[in-house]
Amino acid sequence: MNGAIASLLATFALCGTALASEGQGCDIPGYLLFGTSELKRVPVAVRENHRLRIAVVGTGSSALTGPDGPSSAYPARLEARLSERLPGVNVRVIPLVRTRQTAEDLAKGMSKLLADEKPDLVIWQTGTIDAIRRIEPDDFRAALENGIETLEKGGADVILMNMQYSPRTDIMLSLGPYADSMRVAAQQHEVPLFDRLSIMRHWSDTGAFDLYATDKDNVLAQRVHDCIGRGIAAMIMDAAHLRETEHKTGQ
Amino acid sequence: MFHAPPQPPENEEAIREQRTASTYASEATTGRDLRLDLFRGIALWLIFLDHIPSNLVAWITIRNYGFSDATEIFVFVSGYTAAFVYGKEMRERGFLIAGAHILRRAWQIYVAHVFLFAIYLAEITYVATRFENPLYAEEMNILDFLKQPDVTIVQALLLKFKPANMDVLPLYIILLLLFPPTLWLLRLRPTLALAASMTLYVLTWHFNWNLPSYPSGHWFFNPFAWQLLFVFGAWCALGGAERLGAVLRSRITLALAVAYLVFAFLISLTWYLPVAGDYVPHWLEEVIYPIDKVNLDVLRFAHFLALAVVTVHFVPRDWPLLKSRWLWAPITCGQHSLEIFCIGVFLSFAAHFAMTEVSGALWMQFLASALGILIMIAAAWLLTWYKRAEGRSPGSRPKKTPDADLAGGEA
Repeated sequence: MNGAIASLLATFALCGTALASEGQGCDIPGYLLFGTSELKRVPVAVRENHRLRIAVVGTGSSALTGPDGPSSAYPARLEARLSERLPGVNVRVIPLVRTRQTAEDLAKGMSKLLADEKPDLVIWQTGTIDAIRRIEPDDFRAALENGIETLEKGGADVILMNMQYSPRTDIMLSLGPYADSMRVAAQQHEVPLFDRLSIMRHWSDTGAFDLYATDKDNVLAQRVHDCIGRGIAAMIMDAAHLRETEHKTGQ
Repeated sequence: MFHAPPQPPENEEAIREQRTASTYASEATTGRDLRLDLFRGIALWLIFLDHIPSNLVAWITIRNYGFSDATEIFVFVSGYTAAFVYGKEMRERGFLIAGAHILRRAWQIYVAHVFLFAIYLAEITYVATRFENPLYAEEMNILDFLKQPDVTIVQALLLKFKPANMDVLPLYIILLLLFPPTLWLLRLRPTLALAASMTLYVLTWHFNWNLPSYPSGHWFFNPFAWQLLFVFGAWCALGGAERLGAVLRSRITLALAVAYLVFAFLISLTWYLPVAGDYVPHWLEEVIYPIDKVNLDVLRFAHFLALAVVTVHFVPRDWPLLKSRWLWAPITCGQHSLEIFCIGVFLSFAAHFAMTEVSGALWMQFLASALGILIMIAAAWLLTWYKRAEGRSPGSRPKKTPDADLAGGEA
């Protein structure tokens, strides 16, 4: 038994170094970020209109509090990063944060969102509130499909984003069924899924962030949001074939 | 689970050839089948590992390599042993006495569940009140239920409010409450009883029957669906395994089982490597997803059956290792399943506590996992010691009451 534990430890240690060597900070391994689902509207908007409008629909975990909250939350970081990577393109990221709303609540607002904001791409972050309220996973999945279909009919590209990895509360929250539903909905509608849960878990496992930290200040939260913004930017560039990414490490 | 897959003994071929119909025939009628204790013990370890949140060690558990997980093993073996023990008692002492004992067992499990709920509340309130990281402002809404302790605690006592990972014991309670009439019918008309169980399963899927939960939704382990596995285990114990003997021994069954396990493994790869998912055709995804744990998806049930077929084939009842000291630890744990299950749930809270308050690093995940299993083994050893001491002391009761933890009845 001890031998088995030792060899397991060794295996994990090896995995750790292999991933860490890809870069420093908050790199995301390519398999977590890049798939075959494509964004179709985004490349048209970028190449023909030189203008990209992205709406972020989500709940509390898409925002940060405090005076510098709006500018340091991931929607703003995504805007900054994409503007950098797409010179000459007018990139706007509109955060539409609605706290304490379930996927069903958010799905109902999608038509209005399309009319009001006319986004090329909608990043839909959801799942946490549904898990907290223990919404029936079947109902959750139906709400996801409704929302995705509304957005696709309206001509917008969609990226789904799942829950945060939260090691302190995960004994109280059963995220599994909701994460599974989102993965399946994304696969079936061929929309990219920004797997925030696995990505933050990866950062925690590799020691990039100490997500167990209890600090009340915004330092950790701002760093994590910056990295999420960078990750989504890399995902958009790849899924919209905007530029051949030379090194697929999420940076 | 830290063991490598057990190596077949050198004379495995010889053993397999010697194995005749009588081996299977004797399963239901004589002695105790240590394989049940072994696999329930392993299932208890796996459930413990899966219940520690954010635990990398849980990567080794079977849920990551196919559709079913340790819960299926636990429920099946529990049904098997319950039928074995209480079936014998029903034959010897009648329906009333055996039924009364089954209900007393359900009560014990209820008490254990409430005890664990108290520990859970203590743990999460402690952890949560020391945690104000703005990154997780949204996640802290989970503690809203504490704002109404009057409602929450009553709902917990009614088994409607069940925190994450505390769903198995309520399922077990319902299964035992329904067990006296089920066992009566199983002894009288086994095939009819199994057919009734299957009918209930099908109707449950058709009409979406389930028990309500608080604050919303339904039971995570739907008792009307999961009863199928429990009753199937009981049916096997009461002679069903014998009747299935020819099917179990057939090479075709084995080949089908292996093929299905490989298929499930390949599908499970796509859960962790999204790139692999591109090779799964859409129509197949439409067919298999969602794999419904709540209602014991047919795919999960079939996966458990395939695992059982392969296991029975390679681990015969008289497998020498079963009596060796190598497998003593999981077998002993499996023989005290209720206590060890509860200790496992408690230890998973303790491990989470240590990970939040001390360190969540990899070394802590390994330490907590290994230490937890060692404590489970030590507790099982202690319980065995108590049982022996009670059994041997001169003033003890002459006839011990049956104990569904023990596959073979008497310790």
